[in-house]
Amino acid sequence: MHAFDYATPESVADAVVMLSDHGENACVLAGGTDLIVQLRENRRRTDLVVDVKKIAELNALSYNVATGLTIGAAVPCYRIYGDAEIAAAYPGLMDAAKLVGGTGIQGRASLGGNLCNASPAGDTIPPMIVLGGEAEIAGPAGTRNVAVEDFCTAPGRTVLADGEFLVSLRFPAPAPNSGAFYRRFIPRNEMDIAVVGVGASVVLSGDGSSFVSARIAIGAVAPTPLFVSEAGAALAGQPVSDESIQRAADIARDAARPISDMRGTAEYRKHLTSVLTRRVLQGAVQRAKE
Amino acid sequence: MSKKVHVQTNINGESVDFLCEPRNSLLEVLRDELDLTGAKEGCNNGNCGACNVIMDGRLVNSCCVLGVEADGCELTTIEGVGSAANLHPLQQKFLEHAALQCGICTPGFIVSAKALLDRNPNPSEDEVRYWLAGNLCRCTGYDKIVRAVLDARNGA
Repeated sequence: MHAFDYATPESVADAVVMLSDHGENACVLAGGTDLIVQLRENRRRTDLVVDVKKIAELNALSYNVATGLTIGAAVPCYRIYGDAEIAAAYPGLMDAAKLVGGTGIQGRASLGGNLCNASPAGDTIPPMIVLGGEAEIAGPAGTRNVAVEDFCTAPGRTVLADGEFLVSLRFPAPAPNSGAFYRRFIPRNEMDIAVVGVGASVVLSGDGSSFVSARIAIGAVAPTPLFVSEAGAALAGQPVSDESIQRAADIARDAARPISDMRGTAEYRKHLTSVLTRRVLQGAVQRAKE
Repeated sequence: MSKKVHVQTNINGESVDFLCEPRNSLLEVLRDELDLTGAKEGCNNGNCGACNVIMDGRLVNSCCVLGVEADGCELTTIEGVGSAANLHPLQQKFLEHAALQCGICTPGFIVSAKALLDRNPNPSEDEVRYWLAGNLCRCTGYDKIVRAVLDARNGA
């Protein structure tokens, strides 16, 4: 690995100064499960690694039934699914947090890092999108909030400008009669990169017979994880039925713009998008009724 | 070359200070500086688990941790799990079940399984298999490893 300096700021303001001073020659370290490998393999170069784990806001993890969930950008997956209250309130997020790498990766890897790495196949991104996640970004001009669906701009690229970094992720409290689900397709049981991943959240009517609203996001089928707002919108006001769910699945399939690679052809991925969207919606409906 | 950094840790119950460059992984520090060669370098990219150590109570791949990040941390490596004269129950069961062949992955499996049993003394077979999904073995086909871990439950 090439040589670099290492800093551990203890406040957001100090981190902004360090990142601003070094511009594109600095990078942010949280769990390091992507960054350290990228540096070692010369896929990235940096003069300064800014370890943000000593900043209190980056380690925050709090849930309140009224105000929702705040996850500091450096909180590792194991802390998130290890919190029984949060796991019960956000099962759709747990689906993904539990399948990012193996146990040793989950001891370090964070949702914030998964988002900033901006892989089209990042497993936690579709569920964060469908749960209405917002990213709080700090930078030289102060803080700003960006919806998770607008955060990634291209493979490995995000809205973060030089000097900016992700502080936390915020999610609204789950609505009554709501449920969310994430599932990916991989040819193995564990430890693989999604061929396709789909997240869905639904809000049902009080009797569970119709959709009030829905959000669907798809992964590994476009240059970024994709929020398919029209697929969710097509469910609003519709009865919960095989037909309405299939229609949303078809819309998600048509929105997919996959490439063919070693994990699957574009045609295969489009087919999988439809199948997974249907199953994930069914799973979200089931959870909404529980 | 970047300036070396002074890092203070506790490894296997003993205070250990070391100097390292920021670019040195924790795995490199353990093996090359501290002569704790039980953790192995397999893939060096977080896939195989041969370098697993326990850091402040959680399992990590030491190849994906910088040595400087260990400052102020408590670490358990395979050297702290047991000794030849005093095997950990997991080590005893790995021997009884012949849960190893070449042995390169074994320290990672034992450390990983210990992290599981520390938290859940009575895991199901499914829980064992999912927990160990980040540990790769190219020899055994896993069944003997899983049986050894299951047999070490509670007795550990």
